[in-house]
Amino acid sequence: MTVAAAAHARSDRRAEAPASAGLTAVAMSGGLDSSVAAWLLAEAGEGPVVGLSMLLWDALAEEGGAPAAAPASGRCCGALDLGDAKRVARQAGIPHYTLRMDAEFREKVVDPFVDEYLAGRTPSPCVRCNTRVKFDLLLDRARRLGARRLATGHYARIADGPAGPELHAAAHREKDQSYFLFELTREQLAASVFPLGELSKDEVRAVASRTGLVVAEKGESMEICFVAGGVREFVEREAGRRGAGGGGGNGLVPLGEGAAIVDREGRELGRGSPYYRYTVGQRRGLGVSSTAAGGGGGGRLYVLAIDPAANRVTVGGADELARPAFTGRGLHWIHPELDLAADDAATAGVEATVKIRSRHPGVAARVRPLPGRRCEVEFATPQHGVAPGQAAVFYRGSRVLGGCWIA
Amino acid sequence: MSAPPVYLDHNATTPLDPRVREAMLPWLGERHGNPSSIHRYGQAAREAVEAAREEVAALLGARPAEVVLTASGTEANNAVVLGAGRRAGFAGRVVLSAFEHPSVRAAADVVEAAGMEVVRVLPGADGVVDAAEMLAAVTPDTRLVALMLANNEVGTLQPVAEVAAASRARGVPVLCDAVQAVGKVPVSVGELGCDFLTLGGHKFHGPLGAAALRLRPGAELEPLLVGGSQERRRRASTENVPAVVGLGAACGHARRELAERGRHLAELRDRFEAGVREAIPDVRLHATGSPRLPNTSHLAVPGIEGEALLIRLDLAGFAVSTGSACASGTVEPSPGLRAMGMAPEEALASIRVSFGMTNTADEVDRFLAALVRETGELRRLMPAAAVEAAV
Repeated sequence: MTVAAAAHARSDRRAEAPASAGLTAVAMSGGLDSSVAAWLLAEAGEGPVVGLSMLLWDALAEEGGAPAAAPASGRCCGALDLGDAKRVARQAGIPHYTLRMDAEFREKVVDPFVDEYLAGRTPSPCVRCNTRVKFDLLLDRARRLGARRLATGHYARIADGPAGPELHAAAHREKDQSYFLFELTREQLAASVFPLGELSKDEVRAVASRTGLVVAEKGESMEICFVAGGVREFVEREAGRRGAGGGGGNGLVPLGEGAAIVDREGRELGRGSPYYRYTVGQRRGLGVSSTAAGGGGGGRLYVLAIDPAANRVTVGGADELARPAFTGRGLHWIHPELDLAADDAATAGVEATVKIRSRHPGVAARVRPLPGRRCEVEFATPQHGVAPGQAAVFYRGSRVLGGCWIA
Repeated sequence: MSAPPVYLDHNATTPLDPRVREAMLPWLGERHGNPSSIHRYGQAAREAVEAAREEVAALLGARPAEVVLTASGTEANNAVVLGAGRRAGFAGRVVLSAFEHPSVRAAADVVEAAGMEVVRVLPGADGVVDAAEMLAAVTPDTRLVALMLANNEVGTLQPVAEVAAASRARGVPVLCDAVQAVGKVPVSVGELGCDFLTLGGHKFHGPLGAAALRLRPGAELEPLLVGGSQERRRRASTENVPAVVGLGAACGHARRELAERGRHLAELRDRFEAGVREAIPDVRLHATGSPRLPNTSHLAVPGIEGEALLIRLDLAGFAVSTGSACASGTVEPSPGLRAMGMAPEEALASIRVSFGMTNTADEVDRFLAALVRETGELRRLMPAAAVEAAV
């Protein structure tokens, strides 16, 4: 079926959608996944559906040099992708609205992203965006529009459990995105729908092709959506814009100054990029050659630690990278009464498979809760690349128990 | 299964009058011609364009030669403001009301950036600019005064005649953006006395893409578009014959039916405002004590967000607006409402309901029922703290 025919085949369901009878809102970014999710919901015909897009980041205004602060009359343009969302909504025969949420996005996602890099950590902005923007703010706004549920194009599943709705990994693990959703609450899960949870990427692509969705040929978006160029340039531009104290950096180290690359013993091996350019576990692009390292067996070098105050990056061999445990902060359990009920949970901890980054295969570990929403996570086998700032997510089988942030 | 949607956003644009459509159709079908051509095709097109110009002039009480046809009200407003700047070498002053349409405000920003002094006179909380205050800003080096006839958001009418008379006495030309007024209230260039007056056909059941600028005899216009001798060298471009024909037809119908239209629109509006006062006692209707258009209601319901209400009403089949229409469909606190001294929360809680000739009393009643239902739902969903913040 051609695009035009597909669009024609659907009548506008707008008039049939009573505002209060079980309305489902679907978050539409204009990308392939959320477009197919919207289409599947509309096709299921289980109730009225409304598409919502968030105008999160106006790249033109943010990066074009013009200060974005003044709400200039008529400055009302969004990312090109949102135009695709509107077209997909037309094809699916659902109404669609764009909600301006760029101020919230900057406050809840972009600024913390920059803060984390300046603090020498490696942030997970997609987790924060899901937690703080999509499922806190957008769900709330969708409810005000009369929606009972919010659907997204995430590859994850929700199942009924003894203590209420549970978050599970997607049926096809290679596309699983449950990692990015670990901070959702039971209440948010109860109001969430993931139409793609049982599908493979190929199946999703096939739906788009079969139905002639305008986004069928779109590629994968693996990059951080608001960072157009390099992360370093982005962090420097944002930090420079703040202009606070010492040149706008972390107040101690001038922006752009190369870090001292040192070995475990503190011997300087050379000057590299600024410290916020590095991630613990990183091997490529260290700025010093492997052979420069005296110790560590002369093998490949990895980032072991980042000291933002001293602008120093410690490197060493793979054997030095492995860590047996880490401390977590911002601990979150989806069903604490289910998983922490055992008397020994506080002392002995909870057995779980832990993923320490989105592409991590997962490792057996023991999670011991500590006061102040902190925790101690002990691996069964030491792990490489335990990077401060990344989310660590706890699984039992396919079920997400919760997670924390690597401190 | 449910009733057809109801359109209540006529200040954004209006549906095409079927009679206007009929008049246009030959020019979208079997007839064609470039009005500048010498042959019979050109002559026929010229005749159609000039007949339309006569209708535009007649609606305003002007002469056809004073009418420059343009593609939009924005173009006409831009031409006057930017042209005044260029004529003055971007020196001197421009005085405008702070809640002019963006096509005037943004053009003023341009001449300001080029070196002119721009004075923006704030309207009162009643949505009306004080004529004396505006005139006080008019200095000997003022090159243009701009005051709209009817505000596009709250619908208030402005003291254009008074400002124009006093400005002209000082030799300062006056632009009156009458885009929201023409076709809804009587507009006579003789009474207004302005040098430039702009109108747009799609605001009164004419087609998109045809608008006009009326020049008082002797008023000088620097053309925005050059490259042809059309419109007496005041606006180059091959005339958009079908749209111009539609504009002429819309002006003709408006002229003949103006009194009847005013009555019908005011009846709908008054029915709505009486109904909403009764059903939602704490509703705030804006600028009702001021002279205003017969078709526009601007209101805020304490504790709701205009954007959420707009979307809920749209889902329920009722099209209203929260202020100026916005290209990408997002909503921002309107600078015009802010200029009136309205708090951002009040501006964001506001919706604009603008009636048109095809609306009926039954539609007003159905809209009232939907408004009561949706505001009630929204208030139920808004946390108490947010309600307080929004009040």
